[in-house]
Amino acid sequence: MSKFFTSSIGQKFFMSITGLFLMLFLLVHLTINSLLLFGDGEIFNMAANFMSSNPIMKVIEPVLAIGFILHIFYASYITLKNMMARPFKYKVANKTDASWASKNMYILGGVIFIFLVIHLANFFWKIKFGTIASISYDGGETELHDVYSLVSGVFKIWWWYDVIYIVGAIFLFLHLTHGFWSAFQTIGWDNDKWIYRLKIISYIYAIIVAGGFAFIPLFFLIKYAI
Amino acid sequence: MKIKLNIWKQENPKAKGRFEKFELDGVAEEMSFLEMLDSLNEKLIKEGQIPVAFEHDCREGICGSCGLYINGRPHGPGDEIGTCQLHMRAFKDGDSITIEPWRAKGFPVIKDLIVDRNAFDKIMSAGGFVSVDTGQAADGNAILISKIAADKAFDAAACIGCGACVAACKNSSATLFVAAKVSQLALLPQGKVEAKRRALNMIAKMDELGFGSCTNTGACEAECPKGISIDYIAMLNREYLCASFSEAE
Ligand code: HEM
Ligand code: SF4
Ligand code: FES
Repeated sequence: MSKFFTSSIGQKFFMSITGLFLMLFLLVHLTINSLLLFGDGEIFNMAANFMSSNPIMKVIEPVLAIGFILHIFYASYITLKNMMARPFKYKVANKTDASWASKNMYILGGVIFIFLVIHLANFFWKIKFGTIASISYDGGETELHDVYSLVSGVFKIWWWYDVIYIVGAIFLFLHLTHGFWSAFQTIGWDNDKWIYRLKIISYIYAIIVAGGFAFIPLFFLIKYAI
Repeated sequence: MKIKLNIWKQENPKAKGRFEKFELDGVAEEMSFLEMLDSLNEKLIKEGQIPVAFEHDCREGICGSCGLYINGRPHGPGDEIGTCQLHMRAFKDGDSITIEPWRAKGFPVIKDLIVDRNAFDKIMSAGGFVSVDTGQAADGNAILISKIAADKAFDAAACIGCGACVAACKNSSATLFVAAKVSQLALLPQGKVEAKRRALNMIAKMDELGFGSCTNTGACEAECPKGISIDYIAMLNREYLCASFSEAE
């Protein structure tokens, strides 16, 4: 067991577990965000405030941060070690049939990471540590953070943010088309039948998640441009 | 037909090495790729030059020694074949062909196109075997094996240890090779006894020898001359994870 943490399969096991956890988080995140599309902000603000004031989130938040850190740490370590396993490169680039995404997971992940930093600076930082306008839906009895105006403001004032979010979603899509089924293969849940099923589910999941996240800025762009 | 060749030449493991260009006329399309190299070497010997060193033995796809990286693919164009089963009809008159040795930290070049695949033997001796007691041969029919397990073990046993999986993999990982060996034995009752130790030790050896880890690109499966499936990698992962969580070693 002591060798597990340093072995090639052991390290991939952590990539897989953290990846699966992050994919679950994305689903929850998207579900809440989809409320941005309905009404003029009340439902979304209620949900966003419920999430940020919830005591469970006090536990989930650091776990999520650790999930990201571990995933990125192992990704960097594994990628570096794998590059060193071929000290002398081929002259002719490899023409073997393998998906582009599967061979460029670190580049895809790297772009997602850059996006993540921008995204956190945009919203998370402002909500957590900055000043944010308050809004009340019950005549002043309870004050809620007006997260809706913050989000819709960013998306309608600066079109390049919409572009950043849509590009981020495209890279996430590619990362997930490979990552989803690969995570199951890594923990050993795969065989000649399931590999096809899992690859199909990967695409369905990636389309729903990336499509959903890309649709939100598009929605605001269209809603306020017209 | 006439072809242009660009071949890696390296005198010894320590030498620097470089690509050298050759032209070869009179190549017949029914020649195998190795016969084409033979005729190049005959020409070079007649001209008083040093022939190109390349490895070969059975020339019928069962020994696994003929590993060459041809125009960006291990064993060249075509699926489920060794270089010895590749024919010159896959190329046409005037083609240029670049031939490189396997490139991996675990497979150092010995000379020209020949690499040292001793690492695979070391991985095998770390656990790729079944211990048997001496004495009377046991009755073969006394051990029951399901047809499914027998078939799967047989498919895994088709691995010839050629190293194309390592050569094709962007991580130079030997996981498909190890997966084939671990699965073949883990599927059979005779191999089950040592299954846990085998998975742990063979992977530890693979890591130690400088091969990369698997990122599930599937390049190995696409280039394996024996069509070993990455399903076996999932099986290896299962074996390894179970062994890690249960074995008190
Ligand atoms: C929301 C964000 C992310 C999600 C949902 C996610 C999900 C996944 C999943 C499920 C896998 C498959 C694991 C496996 O093969 O066992 C994976 C692999 C990978 N991820 Fe991520 N990831 C995310 C962000 C990142 C970031 C920020 C980076 C890097 C900076 C990254 C780099 C990688 C790499 C290099 C792999 C391939 C590792 C390998 O196959 O060995 N990912 N990711
Ligand atoms: S798994 Fe296939 S490619 Fe790899 S060594 Fe065995 S036969 Fe060769
Ligand atoms: S020479 Fe034996 S497999 Fe090609």
